[in-house]
Amino acid sequence: MINLETPRKHRTLIDQAHQVAMNMLRPISRTYDRDEHSYPKELDMLAAMIDGLAESGSAEGAGASGVRRDDRDDDSGGVRNGANLASVMSVAEMCWGDTGLLLSMPRQGLGNSAIASVATPEQQERYAGTWAAMAITEPSTGSDSASISTTARLDGDEYVINGEKIYVTSGERADSVVVWATLDKSLGRAAIKSFVVRKDNPGMKVERLEHKLGIRASDTAAITFTDCRVPAEDLLGSPEIDVKQGFAGAMATFDNTRPLVAAMAVGCARASLDLTRDLLAQAGVTVDYDRPAQVQSAAAATLLRLEADWEGAQLLTMQAAWMADNRKPNSLEASMAKAKAGRVGSAITLACVELAGSLGYSEVELLEKWSRDSKILDIFEGTQQIQLLIVARRLLGLTSAELR
Amino acid sequence: MYLTADFLKRGFRPGGRHGLSSTESRDPIGLAVAGLNRLARSEVIDRLGLRRQAEQAVFTVTRNGFRTATAAGRQFARLGKRGAPGTHPAATRTSGLFDLTPTEDEQMLVDVVGEFAAEVVRPAAAEADAACAAPEALLRASLEIGLPILGVPEALGGISEDRSAMAGTLVAEALARGDMGLAVAALAPGSVATALGLWGTDAQQQTYLPAFTGDDVPAAALALTEPTVLFDPLSPATTARRDGDGYVLDGLKSAVVRGAEAELFVVGAQLDGRPVLFLVESSTEGLSVEADPSMGVRAASLTRLGLTGVRVPADAVLGDTDGTAYAECVRLSRLAWCALALGTGQAVLDYVTAYVNEREAFGEPISHRQAVAFMVADIAIELQAMRLVTYKAASRAARGEDFAREVALARSLCAEKGMRIGLDGVQLLGGHGFVKEHPVERWYRDLRAVGIMEGTVLV
Repeated sequence: MINLETPRKHRTLIDQAHQVAMNMLRPISRTYDRDEHSYPKELDMLAAMIDGLAESGSAEGAGASGVRRDDRDDDSGGVRNGANLASVMSVAEMCWGDTGLLLSMPRQGLGNSAIASVATPEQQERYAGTWAAMAITEPSTGSDSASISTTARLDGDEYVINGEKIYVTSGERADSVVVWATLDKSLGRAAIKSFVVRKDNPGMKVERLEHKLGIRASDTAAITFTDCRVPAEDLLGSPEIDVKQGFAGAMATFDNTRPLVAAMAVGCARASLDLTRDLLAQAGVTVDYDRPAQVQSAAAATLLRLEADWEGAQLLTMQAAWMADNRKPNSLEASMAKAKAGRVGSAITLACVELAGSLGYSEVELLEKWSRDSKILDIFEGTQQIQLLIVARRLLGLTSAELR
Repeated sequence: MYLTADFLKRGFRPGGRHGLSSTESRDPIGLAVAGLNRLARSEVIDRLGLRRQAEQAVFTVTRNGFRTATAAGRQFARLGKRGAPGTHPAATRTSGLFDLTPTEDEQMLVDVVGEFAAEVVRPAAAEADAACAAPEALLRASLEIGLPILGVPEALGGISEDRSAMAGTLVAEALARGDMGLAVAALAPGSVATALGLWGTDAQQQTYLPAFTGDDVPAAALALTEPTVLFDPLSPATTARRDGDGYVLDGLKSAVVRGAEAELFVVGAQLDGRPVLFLVESSTEGLSVEADPSMGVRAASLTRLGLTGVRVPADAVLGDTDGTAYAECVRLSRLAWCALALGTGQAVLDYVTAYVNEREAFGEPISHRQAVAFMVADIAIELQAMRLVTYKAASRAARGEDFAREVALARSLCAEKGMRIGLDGVQLLGGHGFVKEHPVERWYRDLRAVGIMEGTVLV
């Protein structure tokens, strides 16, 4: 039966996330935006609390590792609202608090999602409790992640990794980094594997932290790997180079992480909408949903349009997560959600700054910050353009050679 | 001096007609051109054989202001207890799970209607658009698949066990994938029947519903829209005045489906400062109907309905007089238009997907170009967002929850993005999209209706 409300069983979790976002993240939001690169020590306490919730089961398996496609659960044939949906909803709620701080949350890195997506059960166990960052991008390779040049060479029972990675979120703070490297560049995508490299590995070095437009509470590191030796069992998934399967293994992570990033954009944009709606109401402007937009003030009409776009983004995100929960292939829907949420996230937060005038532009309010934070969400985990490529290729039945 | 100048000014002002703003004025050359134009249109030159006479479509007779009375209509036998509450469908219940799967019944309906849309509606669409009329056979077939009784409670001879907003949304979407104009024509009688099911008293239901659940279903129409700029359906200019035992209605309605054939209207009018729905039978004195062919949705034979001193009995009020039923009606109607946008938007997506893969330029299919492929991707993304927001509003309506906000958001999206889809559908076919050899130009015209129509149909 069609129903697109917040799942009843997840309401408590979302309410909790909302309280945390409001009472823990918001009060320190501006502080760590100004004080880039200083560690938000408040988060350790929060992470401990989240771990506690996870232990107690009340977190519904939500979080970065909630994206694992678990086949062990019973399959009664009924509709499932599981960890994927719980994860996107709670991530959105936390990003309503602060996106940069959510990204800095210990043990909630995108590397954790990658581990959850592709690691073997033994590896899952071994990496339990680790905080894993994700290292894909290189100085000369962004969206074209198939052409990375970081190499991993098998030497005895160890891999030797060499290369340079940039834009590693929480690269300095995390316990470990999931690194994409190629076993044999001549074999193309199929040879790209991911490795878990522990922070104390002497071959890995954080070179610098970036100064950014937004999400400044979150660390973004450039890391070099110089003859960095990792045990062979730290290669995630299978070491076989399966040319037929190609890139699919590594890319599967994205089907799971893109809805999460879409959720971040949805949460951040809702912060802007909520505050702007309130500021406009104080100025005497409210939206009358029953009257046509064109008979209302321009500000009310704009707010209505923004809210409509936001609702679309949120439901696309929930759809992608719901499909994952119900084990339906969701590559197309994940990219649709990411594309829509990424672009409306920017459009909404920027429009809200305009509606609030210089109050919105000033650091007095957080509106300007949210419009800086949201921009990255249309870039990382696949830019808007990459999402459109994926959606278009799927719809039109084209290969990456035909539609480049 | 002044008098002359004033006279000249008024005489030469061309504004207010032919799409000219009232501030336009003619200079001497303009006057000369206007004179030439008059000569060019005169029949004298035709009689002299100077110009071939273009054939006029039958419909242009009515286009030029030909007014006619409404259909004589049947006598609806007065039955039921006056003032006694009617039988209303119950709200659906939710399991509390987020779910995008239609129920088995809904899926069955969608399958049946989808087949009808593909095999009967789509092939008839172009001709119906040109003729501004839906083929009789098609309308009859639409009755056979149960469209008029979809929203009527089982107890009253219909097929709905509870609130049918979700099923109605899915059905309207499936129909409009065939054609929006024909979908509107086919859904109009059912819209009135659904309204009777939702808000009718026992007497109203007993009097009118048997006609809709029987074999000879009357044409019927929901008349809320009015032909004014910045029209706000919650403040109609059409008035209802208490008069003795009944009411007198005056005003002008537009976007009335098949007004000339309709036997029963649901008319929105202002009573004591509140919008109220009135049941008006077509045989009532003071009604006139005029064809109002518009940019699109032409197969629905849109008309204007004039009401001049139309006297209706006290029990003609459908629902309450405090505006609650009226507001609900406006919302359910917006929901229907959103559903129609989904169907037509899907038709565009299906069509351009095949086209851009077949059409070649510069030695390869044009789909191999990002400029083309990304437009298709955007259509798909926005369409799915429209669909989910619309379904959310529909499922809330079916559960009897407040859905004013959700349907407003759906309408905003479906109007704006739907129009964009129509626009891009034509653009992707280039010149071929602009000619009637392909259906995209019709969809472009139809999708413009979504943000404009109020009333007309509901789910």
